[in-house]
Amino acid sequence: MILHQFIDYETLRVIWWLLIGVLLIGFAITDGFDLGTGTLLPFVAKTDMERRIVINTIGPVWEGNQVWLIVAGGAIFAAWPPLYAVSFSGFYLAMFIILASLILRPVGFKYRSKRDSDTWRAAWDCALFIGGFVPALIFGVAMGNVLQGVPFRFNNDLRIFYEGSFFGLLNPFALLCGLISVAMLVMHGGAWLALKTSGPVAERARRYGIIAALITIILFGLAGLWVWAGFGGYRITSPIDPTGASNPLMKTVVEESGAWFVNYGSYPVLLLAPVFGFIGAAGAFIGLRARWEIATILLSALSIFGIISTVGVSMFPFILPSSLDPRSSLTVWDASSSHLTLFIMLVVTVIFIPLIVAYTSWVYHVLWGKVDEDTINDESGHAY
Amino acid sequence: MELDIVALSRLQFAITALYHFLFVPLTLGLSVLLAIMETVYVMTGRVIWRQMTKFWGTLFGINFALGVATGIVMEFQFGMNWSYYSHYVGDIFGAPLAIEGLMAFFLEATFVGLFFFGWDKLSKVGHLAATWAVAAGSNFSALWILIANGWMQNPVGSAFNPQTMRMEVVDFYEVLFNPVAQAKFVHTVSAGYVTASIFVLGVSAWYALKGRHIDIARRSMTVAASFGLASALSVVVLGDESGYLSGEHQKMKLAAIEAMWETEPAPAAFTVFGIPDTEARETHYAVRVPWVMGLIGTRSLTTEIPGIKELVDRARANIRSGLLAYDALQRIREAGSTTAVGQEVRDAFETNGGDLGYALLLKRYVDDPRQATDEQIEKAAWDTVPNVPTLFWSFRIMVGLGVFFILLTATFFILSVRRKIDAYPFLLRIAVFAIPLPWIAAELGWVVAESGRQPWTIEGILPTAAAVSNLGASSLLLTIAGFVVIYTTLFIVEMGLMLKAIRKGPEPDFEPEAKLISPNIVPAE
Repeated sequence: MILHQFIDYETLRVIWWLLIGVLLIGFAITDGFDLGTGTLLPFVAKTDMERRIVINTIGPVWEGNQVWLIVAGGAIFAAWPPLYAVSFSGFYLAMFIILASLILRPVGFKYRSKRDSDTWRAAWDCALFIGGFVPALIFGVAMGNVLQGVPFRFNNDLRIFYEGSFFGLLNPFALLCGLISVAMLVMHGGAWLALKTSGPVAERARRYGIIAALITIILFGLAGLWVWAGFGGYRITSPIDPTGASNPLMKTVVEESGAWFVNYGSYPVLLLAPVFGFIGAAGAFIGLRARWEIATILLSALSIFGIISTVGVSMFPFILPSSLDPRSSLTVWDASSSHLTLFIMLVVTVIFIPLIVAYTSWVYHVLWGKVDEDTINDESGHAY
Repeated sequence: MELDIVALSRLQFAITALYHFLFVPLTLGLSVLLAIMETVYVMTGRVIWRQMTKFWGTLFGINFALGVATGIVMEFQFGMNWSYYSHYVGDIFGAPLAIEGLMAFFLEATFVGLFFFGWDKLSKVGHLAATWAVAAGSNFSALWILIANGWMQNPVGSAFNPQTMRMEVVDFYEVLFNPVAQAKFVHTVSAGYVTASIFVLGVSAWYALKGRHIDIARRSMTVAASFGLASALSVVVLGDESGYLSGEHQKMKLAAIEAMWETEPAPAAFTVFGIPDTEARETHYAVRVPWVMGLIGTRSLTTEIPGIKELVDRARANIRSGLLAYDALQRIREAGSTTAVGQEVRDAFETNGGDLGYALLLKRYVDDPRQATDEQIEKAAWDTVPNVPTLFWSFRIMVGLGVFFILLTATFFILSVRRKIDAYPFLLRIAVFAIPLPWIAAELGWVVAESGRQPWTIEGILPTAAAVSNLGASSLLLTIAGFVVIYTTLFIVEMGLMLKAIRKGPEPDFEPEAKLISPNIVPAE
């Protein structure tokens, strides 16, 4: 095979850095409103019928949305194997908690309305809340730790040693990031419920969404200041070979304050990322008050796009810095798959992502419209 | 006692994979059966087929939810528990997993929502398309996961890169069209079809015995018997193909399945029964059928099948040559690159590089394999023998069940042709009691495939003991306990709902026959 020589290794690495961003943002935007809706479930819906309405707004689509996460996992494995290996084994117990919470969702949706008992349904409501809130929080906490650097190192066989603890993950800055993540997804879930429901449920969702949008703006600003004043980023100090072998140990790295802001100085256009984060949330705030429906959810999606992109572009070319042994840090230039694998995966992605977007849009189109009491009764036997 | 991280990691993988595989076969097969039933509905317009699709669809949904729930874990636990594995082979193994998501999971998960919620929102053909999309999605997913697994059994199209210290893909085409992967794919999906067929057959037989929903039961049994017979035949034929291929690529697995300690003159005999003794390294009370093993394993009467002891001798030689490769690799890495070392080191790596994994077998006993004693090498060579009694028995029970499924589905197929499918209560009762059997066969199939590959995660490339993450035993125990508790609770809940839905039976369908004729020209009453 020589086809892959048409795209050079450096370009492919940057493309795959972008594509993982696309998948993670795709997950946060689509499954994000499912997680936000799950978190809001106990607060916006008081009666059983209201709860069923809330659950059925996401019932038919959450499953497809969750695939963004699964595919992001698979794509990180395929395109950035060291990242897959270090992050999931390092954040071991945190990953377990995320998985355990996510496991509750499919069954929660499917099984909740299969029995009439109140305790049965209350238990599954609780499960759905956990399945929404806990992953939202921990994904944010994980991001917060990645920004600060994670205590891992490689030995000469590239075997990974992680020397942190689970409770070490729960440091103040990481918890702040966790709250941003929850607030952002609750804002998004609020916008979704305002779009898909009517009456008291929509009203409550709007109220919580407005508060969440406000909190998102404040905490996102706060986190920016904290990174500015509180801790350093990382910088590669040895010559960089963007087409070099994927062995993280062949470089030197220092921890340096202000390093996470360097990219914005070199490419001011990148400032658009945090700006979108703020504008989107502000727009969602206004939209929820003004009762825009479609515009609101698009604006809150813009905010999610902006906030996640901010993390990515601030750290570039780092994807997982090591606080324990900075030269073990994973960067775009030394933590990817081989040239050939990146190329093959790009071809597959270019074929399938447009198809996926097309049929997903079609499904949303078919399911368009508000969910109310009549919908639940109409679909007797099939509604959740 | 210090808990062994390797054993715990294996235990965790086995538990999560076996649980997941309780739900997968039924999803694979039932999705296709649903699509077949709905196709009949769309082609004939007869409402009873829609009613059947919805009823079996409800059971499908209950099972599917747990398949999804347990599947989430599978995608991430390679990184969690097998981080050195993920680093070492991610370049090849990650790709099919990612493609599985892009090509299969999205399709399946997006359209499964429409399957349940789209009955009133889509045209008949539109809904049928959604159902077929779910079936296609789940079957594609099996294809890609077995391409990944096939590569673990027969690692083609790849090479070790000393600079990155990992395996990298050389020829993706070979990975894709790996013969082991193709045989495994057809064998596994057929097993799923058998599972679903026996499930539908058994549940319908129960209705027939109770005299309930008799029209639906008869039709369901007819579909299940014919689809099940074709699939059961395919499982056995393709299982045989797998056997032939392991004779070619995994000789040790084949010898262990047969508990064949000594090399026999061709064509080898097949041991129907015996008590394998791993201490004495022989099989007691063996009942043997001449020639059969030679035919299955080699498709010839003259090719010899090597026995375990001969294969251990070969492994010993591989370890010795692996040590030369390991030594050359260390020199290359000390020098910085392959070009910085002398020609003789390069040659040593070129010639012996394929056996590098065998040197890693010694890592269990000594940090630097080059320091290994003869005794340690001897131990490592015997480590290449998987657990013989487990394989011997798992394989025999699986095959016995496979033959039983052929007989069962064939019987009901003949009855259905004679229009007597529910005429014999005795046979119906057998069908009911047969419901759990395909699951036993499927789980044992997994055991044969995976424990037969031990001590390797990647056959001949990476030992299982070297593939794990550096985790604390307490973390592992905690997550094992967590998964067992969550999975078991959910499994009990699932069984409860399944039985409830079966007891309740199909919903009456009062909607009019499909509108073949415009309602305007039907005279009013």
